[in-house]
Amino acid sequence: MPVIVAENLRKTFKDLVAVDNISFSIEEGEMFGFLGPNGAGKTTTMRMIQCISPVTSGSLEIFGMDVSDHQREIKSFMGVVPQENNLDMDFTVYENLMVYSRYFDIPKEEAEERVEELLDFVQLTDKKDTMTESLSGGMKRRLILARALVNRPRLLILDEPTVGLDPQARHLIWDRLRLLQKNGVTVVLTSHYLDEVEKLCDRLVVMDNGDILVEGSPSSVIEKYVGSGIVEAENDPQLLECLKEREASYEVIGDLVHIYTDDPKQITDYLTMECSITKFSARPATLEDVFLRLTGRRLRE
Amino acid sequence: MKFASYFEIPRISSNAYKVWQRNKDVFMKDIKLNFLPPFLEPILYLIALGFGLGRFVESIDGVPYAQFIAPALISISVMYASFFECSYGSYVRMYYQKTFDAIIATPLTIEEVIAGEMLWGATRSMINATVMIPVIALFGLIDLRYSLLIIPFAFLGGLLFAAIGMCFTAVTPNIMSINYPVLLFITPMFLFSGTFFPLSALPQVIQYFAVAFLPLTHVVNVIRSLGYGILELSLLFDLVWIIIVCAILFVLSINMMKKRLVV
Repeated sequence: MPVIVAENLRKTFKDLVAVDNISFSIEEGEMFGFLGPNGAGKTTTMRMIQCISPVTSGSLEIFGMDVSDHQREIKSFMGVVPQENNLDMDFTVYENLMVYSRYFDIPKEEAEERVEELLDFVQLTDKKDTMTESLSGGMKRRLILARALVNRPRLLILDEPTVGLDPQARHLIWDRLRLLQKNGVTVVLTSHYLDEVEKLCDRLVVMDNGDILVEGSPSSVIEKYVGSGIVEAENDPQLLECLKEREASYEVIGDLVHIYTDDPKQITDYLTMECSITKFSARPATLEDVFLRLTGRRLRE
Repeated sequence: MKFASYFEIPRISSNAYKVWQRNKDVFMKDIKLNFLPPFLEPILYLIALGFGLGRFVESIDGVPYAQFIAPALISISVMYASFFECSYGSYVRMYYQKTFDAIIATPLTIEEVIAGEMLWGATRSMINATVMIPVIALFGLIDLRYSLLIIPFAFLGGLLFAAIGMCFTAVTPNIMSINYPVLLFITPMFLFSGTFFPLSALPQVIQYFAVAFLPLTHVVNVIRSLGYGILELSLLFDLVWIIIVCAILFVLSINMMKKRLVV
């Protein structure tokens, strides 16, 4: 049963089209990723799912309920990790979770129990009485994750959950997300870190300019848009000549040439034997290659 | 049509109380510091103005000057407490601390958040009045029979100034700009609402203006009467004025904040 169904979902701000008639469906228990450069429409989509930004047109249903008139119910089943840290800096770590649990009508004793559990879950028990301002970036993120879980959500929305974190903190968050997924929680996340999405997500979409460009599992998307491997070689006219002859799929990126292939061995053999080129390296294709191929290399503001 | 949307009755449940509780919890953390101003300010003002300046004024309408300004001090404190709580205070929570964003990710609505903020602002006014009354009573400047009625009235008056503050919060482009309403509206009220001298000392036109447009005038009237221990029918006019304007601005401020925050 799908948890989120969007049909021709559209959002406009004055004369800007932020989300342009997108449709997608997210299944229960899935880990689903939204990728895209800045301004692609990911956060706007997340905000509509969170029921805090009204839909301009199209439909968006969560747990079978329309976001425009069941906001309170939908929000009670949902946990949110926003892009920007918005912990309550007037309170300590513990108080943050307690005050937040009150918004969900969780009885005090029950809340106390859950908060202890959650602090343990995100390894912040030692920091219980610390004011949130003096937490490190990683701790703040973990606390926000814990806060998103006080209502035992069936759907967890994370907008760039690991932005700015060191590898240890990222791994801890990934590990916790996998654990939640194992317990049946549907997880929807956006990220700029493509390795993160590749590792975690069952399915993903790549968005750009408010539109969904591709949809599928990380491996199928990679397979389809760049092939399973990439051979990187230095840019020189002879090489390009060679590749054209063979009708290989490639892209010139400054000083480098990326050759997309399902069989890197064949390409490297060809380059050494026929073109007498020896400076190259082969590696498996990643989501990053798909991302850059689809959304271009131009900088986004 | 668009104009009418500013006066839509907001749907508010008891959830607004949770926002009130949040602010109360923060207030309680610094309770000593928060209680100091309403305790100390009336003492300072009464000594300087009431007894210092009062020696030269002697009496106004047959009342010693200190006794004349004592109820005004409570009224001013009612105004300041909720206006500042719902202007600078709410703006900081909304813009810098992102507290509202965090709360509306839960089953609470933005209407409830704003209503809770204003109810808290009104509560702060009431707390200030509650602290000031015994201090002023110690100087023997207040009639104790009716002065307890000032406490619930301070909540109503506080709600009015909370709604005024919230309307400005909804339109202010940045925190510095809140200085404009303070300078152009709150400070003139502080001086020209029958606070430190009777309105009748001013030209007729200004008197009418004060009664029509300066909410503090009505709050001072009510609190002064209660402080003197005189209940007059004319107080009903002040009370009705306050209730009507308060109800309108309460609804208006919530809709204005919705327009600002729901995009």
